[in-house]
Amino acid sequence: MSHVLGRRLRKIEGSAKATGKAIYADDLQLPGMLHAKILRSPHAHARIKSIDTRAAEAMSGVRGVLVGAELPIRYGIIPWTQDEQALAADKARYVGDGIAAVAALDEDTANQAIRQIKVEWEVLDALLDPFEALRRRDLVIHDWNDKQGKKGNVSKHVELEFGEVDQAIEGADVSVEGEYFFEGTTHAPIEPHCAVATWEETPSDDPEARGKLTLWSSTQVPHYLHRELARVLGLAQSQIRVIQPALGGAFGGKSEPFDLEFVVSKLAMKTGRPVKLLYTREEVFYSHRGRHPMWMKFKTGATKDGKLTGVRSKILIDGGAYSSFGLVTSYYAGQLLTGPYHFPTYAFEATRVYTNKPCCGPKRGHGSVQPRFAFEVQLDELAEKLALDPLELRRRNFIGEQVQTVNGQLITSNGFLECLRLVEEASGWKERHGKMPRGRGLGVAGSMYISGTAYPIYPNEMPQSAVMIRIDRSGVIAVHCGASDIGQGSDSMLRYIAAEELGAPLDAVRVFSSDTDLTPVDLGAYSSRGTFMVGNAAIEACQRLKAQIQEAVAEKWGCSPKEVGLAGGLALSLRDTAQNLPIQEAYQLAEAKFGSLAATGSYRTEKLGGDYRGGTIGASPAYSFTAHVAEVSVDEETGVITCEKIWIAHDCGKALAPVLVEGQIEGSAYMGAAEALMEVHDFHETGLHRAPSLLDYKIPTSMDTPELQALIVESGDPKGPYGAKEAGEGPLHPAIPAIANAVYDAVGIRLRKTPFSPARVLEALRKQREERAPVPGPAPVRV
Amino acid sequence: MKQLVAFEINGDPVEVAAPVHHTLLEVLRYGLGLTGSKQGCDKGDCGACTVLVDGQPVLSCLTLAVAARGKQVVTIEGLAKNGRLDPVQDAFDRCGALQCGFCQSGMMISARALLNEHPCPTREQTKLALSGNLCRCTGYTKIFEAVDAAALQEADPKA
Repeated sequence: MSHVLGRRLRKIEGSAKATGKAIYADDLQLPGMLHAKILRSPHAHARIKSIDTRAAEAMSGVRGVLVGAELPIRYGIIPWTQDEQALAADKARYVGDGIAAVAALDEDTANQAIRQIKVEWEVLDALLDPFEALRRRDLVIHDWNDKQGKKGNVSKHVELEFGEVDQAIEGADVSVEGEYFFEGTTHAPIEPHCAVATWEETPSDDPEARGKLTLWSSTQVPHYLHRELARVLGLAQSQIRVIQPALGGAFGGKSEPFDLEFVVSKLAMKTGRPVKLLYTREEVFYSHRGRHPMWMKFKTGATKDGKLTGVRSKILIDGGAYSSFGLVTSYYAGQLLTGPYHFPTYAFEATRVYTNKPCCGPKRGHGSVQPRFAFEVQLDELAEKLALDPLELRRRNFIGEQVQTVNGQLITSNGFLECLRLVEEASGWKERHGKMPRGRGLGVAGSMYISGTAYPIYPNEMPQSAVMIRIDRSGVIAVHCGASDIGQGSDSMLRYIAAEELGAPLDAVRVFSSDTDLTPVDLGAYSSRGTFMVGNAAIEACQRLKAQIQEAVAEKWGCSPKEVGLAGGLALSLRDTAQNLPIQEAYQLAEAKFGSLAATGSYRTEKLGGDYRGGTIGASPAYSFTAHVAEVSVDEETGVITCEKIWIAHDCGKALAPVLVEGQIEGSAYMGAAEALMEVHDFHETGLHRAPSLLDYKIPTSMDTPELQALIVESGDPKGPYGAKEAGEGPLHPAIPAIANAVYDAVGIRLRKTPFSPARVLEALRKQREERAPVPGPAPVRV
Repeated sequence: MKQLVAFEINGDPVEVAAPVHHTLLEVLRYGLGLTGSKQGCDKGDCGACTVLVDGQPVLSCLTLAVAARGKQVVTIEGLAKNGRLDPVQDAFDRCGALQCGFCQSGMMISARALLNEHPCPTREQTKLALSGNLCRCTGYTKIFEAVDAAALQEADPKA
């Protein structure tokens, strides 16, 4: 049995966080540091006719001013859709778009100075409704781009069809059709974004490369940020060092470059002084990149014994002002639905539209949470039509293991049936579903998610992840990796794997991560890629070192290297465990034989995905599977739904660190339940955010959160590190439809729009009463 | 305009000159370098800045620094004694309550205040006591477990 993996261990940075010593971006104080603030647009859509910064520049505490024209190069996380500027130079595209920035001696002065900047605006119609934005060809939000002129306000359009779907649905024994809406929501990490930059002029013989920029940022993608900084600032990548300090939550909300990172960098270069910018909470809401609102039509056909024949969807996606990951979002809205159930035929059409609102992007479960809600509610409707238990319907359509989905994704391991079994038993489904008094109900839903994407965001042949390990003769193991620990525990995972493979005590393993000068590239904390890709790279590096240690010890003992094991702080003979050495001595033998001990390991994805345009998007080396049963009570007087409990069974392949896996499962389910019941990223008709604070944008407190029970399923993936797959995003998906389906079980109303607010519940209950007992006489007059 | 403010911070006397409109949080973080208390919203919504003032949990972002005059202030940096973690800190670490950790300084201060008042809190008492501290990572499950574990530890240190 492993002395590390599978055990309930503390995190590597646990005591630093417990004592308040962990350093986050805003905790950095540098001598002579300036504080920057960004002037933001009060208009949702307005052309900038002129900017006058003279009054701000004249203020006594101001040391630097910046406008968009100084950073004209457009950037964006996806290389094909780079449509953002650090500060807008031509026009503002949402209330909150950055226009100009100031660096001053303190925050108060910077705030006063940005108010002194005079902008002359030509206010344009604001396109807030995606249906209107789609129709309006005369008013194009991204009119700087000629190609966009032809596309109007369409940011991305995808249509894919696999098999004769319409025939399969029309010819089915039963079919269900419905419209669904998923409201926009945001990440709301408790740490607001913050960045600090320094610029050192370094005399150099090379006139092209002078100076070095160091940027500390609350980013979850230091590598992509590094590349974009170089492009926009006109520096060589070798002139830039990006460091990610401790990060206070991200959930996808820090997974691309943001204006503040360019602003502090450029202001540091202009002033020669360190510059910090900390977003206000309001700015966090405006920078957003959260869950896209989606309007979804779904149609599903099935045989009379409940086997799916085909699924068709049509989805309109409200993208907000810029592209962000929108190209991927549009594909994910269709591509990630084709498991855990077998779809014989499938088609989807997704259209992402620009609107004059904060830009949407990837939030935990990127692109697939919304269609998963629609489809899992539709499956419940199908089960009802067929008079089948909804859990049984899901079981009957199980896609299996080592199979290809209809859209060409390879499913390796699949523990979904075990997930269903666990939530069925734990929730008392058989005894209680459909059998509780009115007002109380159970609902089920399932899902699948990727363990990383098979392809990097920019095309290249290099590894997706690399780990470098050095063993010191003191016994210290230094693990260097570009991976971003955003609280999910990737640093801890690296420690556990190094300790496991190299037989070291846990405390002897130090992890240095996410510093582009010190760590080999990992692409970042997104798409649930960490454990799978970083873990595999770490194992490769460890095994190279392990072979050297085994060889050196075997030489001393006169045995075969295969007979030397490393575990629990010892090198030991597998033939005779009485023969052993303290692990430090084993490391010293290896250093004596081979010289300084260091090795790298890397992870590359094999070629995956369907052979068609877009077929690689959604292709992953392994998929996780989840099933939820939610229990709700519904107060028919007030319309308030209380989610009492969610049982969550998640197939993570193998739980390398069960406490961390449970934490991801519980945190995901919490976040899903919040989207089902509370959260609305909503705007006034002027484009002003209705609730840009943690008081008005309702996120659950300890009083609002349902009881959560995490159940781990280990299907043992053939390609995962020790069999592991993702756990950070998949377990969010089923929460929303499971709650909707539980409400149906409780009071018989179908909720097809999130959030399930009291007003929507009361309206649905009123309709239900009308349908059940039509009022005699003339129809009631509506005022 | 600055004023001199003398108070006790984590057991030590301190005197700081702070602009009159500066909050206790600003003085702690930027004046005294005690960055364990976090700023998540700067308007009293999230609880990440919670500190103890004369034993009571207080939002330091809504407390003017001058209001701390003559008081005893305890921050997350002051919970550990003689290099040993407070049982609350130890339990939060052991139980997996620390994911990103950003809200947890305030959360642990609120948990400490709860256990000072109710050494064996019910789950409802725990939920209520922590309801002013938002956490976005954990779904609170492991936080509740950590509070129970800390209570148990304090009731029977040998357990």
